[in-house]
Amino acid sequence: MRRFTVPFLTIILFLLFWEWLVWFNEWPNYKMASPSDLGPSLWKYKMLFFSFGWDTLWRTVAGLLISIVVGVALGMIMGFSKLLQEGLYPLLIGFNAIPKATIVPILSLIFIGQHDFNTVLIAFLISFFPIAVSVSIGLSTLEPEYRDILRALGASKLTIFWKIALPKTLPEFFGALKVAVTLAFIGTNLMEIVSPHGRGLGALFDSGKTNSDYPLMFSVLIALAALGIVLYYFVVVLERIFAGWADQLSG
Amino acid sequence: MIEFKNVSHYFSSKNNEIQVLDKLSFSVPRNGFSAIIGPSGCGKSTVTKLIAGLIKPRKGSIILNNVPVFSPRSNIGMAFQNPVLLEWRNILKNVMLPLEIVHNNLNGKEKVERARELLALVGLAEYENSRPSELSGGMRQRASLCRSLIHKPEVLILDEPFGALDAFTREDLWLTMNSLREKESFTCLIITHDIREAMFLADEVIVLSGRPAKNQFSVKTEKESNDNLDQLYTPHANELLNILREQIGIARRKELEDK
Repeated sequence: MRRFTVPFLTIILFLLFWEWLVWFNEWPNYKMASPSDLGPSLWKYKMLFFSFGWDTLWRTVAGLLISIVVGVALGMIMGFSKLLQEGLYPLLIGFNAIPKATIVPILSLIFIGQHDFNTVLIAFLISFFPIAVSVSIGLSTLEPEYRDILRALGASKLTIFWKIALPKTLPEFFGALKVAVTLAFIGTNLMEIVSPHGRGLGALFDSGKTNSDYPLMFSVLIALAALGIVLYYFVVVLERIFAGWADQLSG
Repeated sequence: MIEFKNVSHYFSSKNNEIQVLDKLSFSVPRNGFSAIIGPSGCGKSTVTKLIAGLIKPRKGSIILNNVPVFSPRSNIGMAFQNPVLLEWRNILKNVMLPLEIVHNNLNGKEKVERARELLALVGLAEYENSRPSELSGGMRQRASLCRSLIHKPEVLILDEPFGALDAFTREDLWLTMNSLREKESFTCLIITHDIREAMFLADEVIVLSGRPAKNQFSVKTEKESNDNLDQLYTPHANELLNILREQIGIARRKELEDK
């Protein structure tokens, strides 16, 4: 019972405080929204929320899928070859150090008007780094004995990868994927907000901003949070299925 | 049968080459059990890698049952100090791992039976569905021994397999090792730091000199039985223990002088 009531009460208290703050300061809707405005706003634009929410979701997922493929490939390359790791690591760190917000205008200029492509691209660019690093570390820190027990029997490198290296790296991979989900969402929204005449929740947020429609802007935030939570827990479920064994190690 | 014939080996580091083995020769007869002891870092683990074919010797040859070793071969079983069990598999599946690699004619049911037979031998029959993390260190090492024997290897290489266990668990595992030896047939070489372990398990104890390792001394243990730990504390055993301690001392002093 307490597991549900305590968080529930905290949320209610927070919303009441927010409602009171807006009421006390007599802020109009073009200055600040109150929680009681959000429901009507979500309802009013429900069709837009569904169709734009879907845009944001599939773009983020598409970006993430590319991230997984490229991140795992890069991680494998760096994990298996010391030489390539030495070569690629500085480049990746340098790339990761660039705030991705600065890449958004560049991409939107290069591929002007191609909203889907732009958005998926930035979601990918922002989220592949943690995956690549975690996979490469997982592979390069594999104890040599693990490799030796199979190698001594004449197993091929590919067999060792499938039977040992890959499963052993899964907990690190899922840890990174949870970070990547959040990052990909940031990427998608950055691009959607910046792209003119675009679609997606970011574009809806931007139109709320243009019209000083604070209830709409806050409703977008709620919708984004909901999508983010859904995606995050989807990854958690996958983690339980494929790397649940690692839970028992720490627990 | 394991034969080392004048094997020399080097490790190359950045600027120089370090010799680890110097014309090392010894042999373990078929179904025999020999132990190698020597000062730390004298190249004992290199010996295991050479037998497994994981590395090639610079000079000399290694012969298993009259066939020279050039690369890894499936008639070998290995166990290390670290049991390296796969945490995402249960004990039964862990033990069966080599059967997924090594060519064999067993069907699925026979594989499970073979694994269960070994698990029963080492006292893990009730734990086949447990995860490695649920087992104690000694039990994990037992499972690791089962895995090294499941494909009926002709040669078993043990690299300090009981080194990380407490003294009582270690003695239990010595007895387990000997009962495995009675039921299964294999030629075994164990690398160890523990002189009593070498005396209790092996038919012959080989002492290596400090790096580079060469033959320094070897002695037959002439054990009376395989299941009585008391024989480690007889006058004869004490005499042997003293001789081996002395030999290790000589090896270590020599190494210090060379430095």
